[in-house]
Amino acid sequence: MKTERLKTDILIIGGGTAGCFAALTVARKSPQTRVIIAEKANIRRSGCLAAGVNALNAYITKGKTPEYYVDYAVRDAHGIADRKLLLTMSEQLNEVTAELERLGLVILKDENGEYVSRGDRNIKINGENIKPILSDAVQNLPNVTVINRLNIIDYITNGNRVIGAYGNRTDDEALVFISAGATIIATGGAAGIYKPNHPGFSRHKMWYCPFNTGAGYAMGIRAGAEMTTFEMRFIALRCKDTIAPTGTLAQGVGARQVNSLGEVYEDKYGLTTSQRIWGTTAENKAGRGPCCLATKGITSEQAEDLERAYLNMAPSQTLRWVAQKKSADKENVEIEGTEPYIVGGHTASGYFVDVNRKTTLESLFAAGDVAGGCPQKYVTGALAEGKIAALSAVESLDGAEAADISDEFVSVARAEAEGFLKNRGGITPDELEEHMQEVMDRYAGGIGSDYAFTDESLDIAREKIEELILRVSGAVCRDMREFTRLHEVKERLTVCLTLIAHLKARKETRWHCFAENRSYPDKDDENFLKFVNSRYESGEIKILYRPLEEMNV
Amino acid sequence: MSIRIDAKKCVRCGKCLDVCPGDLISMGIDGSRILRPEDCWGCASCLKECAFGAISFFLGKDIGGDDTYMQVKKDGRCLHWIFYDSSGQVRTITVDQSSSNKY
Repeated sequence: MKTERLKTDILIIGGGTAGCFAALTVARKSPQTRVIIAEKANIRRSGCLAAGVNALNAYITKGKTPEYYVDYAVRDAHGIADRKLLLTMSEQLNEVTAELERLGLVILKDENGEYVSRGDRNIKINGENIKPILSDAVQNLPNVTVINRLNIIDYITNGNRVIGAYGNRTDDEALVFISAGATIIATGGAAGIYKPNHPGFSRHKMWYCPFNTGAGYAMGIRAGAEMTTFEMRFIALRCKDTIAPTGTLAQGVGARQVNSLGEVYEDKYGLTTSQRIWGTTAENKAGRGPCCLATKGITSEQAEDLERAYLNMAPSQTLRWVAQKKSADKENVEIEGTEPYIVGGHTASGYFVDVNRKTTLESLFAAGDVAGGCPQKYVTGALAEGKIAALSAVESLDGAEAADISDEFVSVARAEAEGFLKNRGGITPDELEEHMQEVMDRYAGGIGSDYAFTDESLDIAREKIEELILRVSGAVCRDMREFTRLHEVKERLTVCLTLIAHLKARKETRWHCFAENRSYPDKDDENFLKFVNSRYESGEIKILYRPLEEMNV
Repeated sequence: MSIRIDAKKCVRCGKCLDVCPGDLISMGIDGSRILRPEDCWGCASCLKECAFGAISFFLGKDIGGDDTYMQVKKDGRCLHWIFYDSSGQVRTITVDQSSSNKY
């Protein structure tokens, strides 16, 4: 197996929303600083923005303040969020939006040239090409090198310091080792840890990007970084089957959640993100399903505008309307909850970071869905964190050349990779994935268990995931693509163990569905208005409870 | 939810390879091909890139898909989404990229 060694000042792992904006920020602030972006696919459409987005959901609209956004996010998280992280993000939202517009994003304006808002925090855009816009901006930067199809497997560390990372490149089947003065992790969250809505052919027809498989979380866990709030899982409320967004219907044309009796039920359960899922789950369980968003009665022009809007972000929904010769004005849209994801752009799961987005590991910064403590980021919040992390990373460079990676490290890593690639028998990565999703669904609160779990079921989940981890080294691995898929399962298994430990440590039910703990069905403010954090130490996941106002390091 | 690539229409330009967020498309002797159709997310990026109508987008049978599929033709700032069923072309929806979504 070929090996290649590279050196850079700043390594950005993941060329999605946060990663691209981090590169852009470094190039502006410090043009002589060399940057490498390591991207698993190709930055042109990779990450969450592939299909486009319909609106920018985090924006400080006219008359509102960053503090208003902070209050909203803390309330929606039922108290578990870091106000300082939220404020530093919120203060950047409008500036990064203006930057996106300068780069070419179309944003709807009124006759006075002001952005048109959709509710209190959102603005309307045409976001179909948002990722190509970001990617074009990055490709033109002289000191930024993009390496596409490079799947980063792990950090290279020296004690508590991250000195680079390495991974496999599909194009030429090489192992690439990159040493860096500072590293920004921007790999996104984790999809595919639970059995999806449709486990068959359409198993990847999911809300979150199925190619975000928790690599950044797993690398951090293995290296002993402190992680926060994994137990606050995210479950999206989506259009049935196509798993297309529902916000466009709820906020765009004012459609409300109704049960099969035609009753509006959303007021009964509350309107925080977790309560909206809970209401739908509870109504179905009580025999009052299916639940729908009541679009019937909107005008035919509105229905046509919806068809166009979905083509800009979730084209399958429009295809479904056309194929079934139906439209939103004539028929309500059935909704369902997705499988749970771990995603710090919506909830507070991820690396425990300070306001500079520095992790508890030296020279490692985190931005976007991989960074914890700061929910409700959406696209603009991820850009904001990319910017903050980039400025901190530049600041942290001491002018010295990045450390050399030892020959011994390279040869051990190569031997390990070659060992995997020799396996012709054994369990396949697909079978491992299916097993893992089945275990998590049944014992750790997936769709099949109405998102609920108990102390006992979590113990079973842990035991079974530990068994699966032992089977990874013997799994079949016939080529470089299968090598990547095997690592995608391996990293999710690591995430599963940390997730299970977190679910177990929060002995209350603060968020219905997100963490529906049947052993402790009530909210317990007296004991659990605090962060559940964890650190992997000598083979054990150690739980640390942190007060809400405490910053790390 | 996935795509089909028609080898007869593919001119081997390779543009679709560079836009797949899952790196699922590779170049074969006869043209580009999707390696594992069940791994497709359904983002439609490859359709929008193909100027030769070689890529079709369909819904999986497991989520109620039938023979209906769509393709995209790009024309300046406009994307024409063309829908077909077994009887032929059924509808076209045009989205102007220079105007914002209403919702």
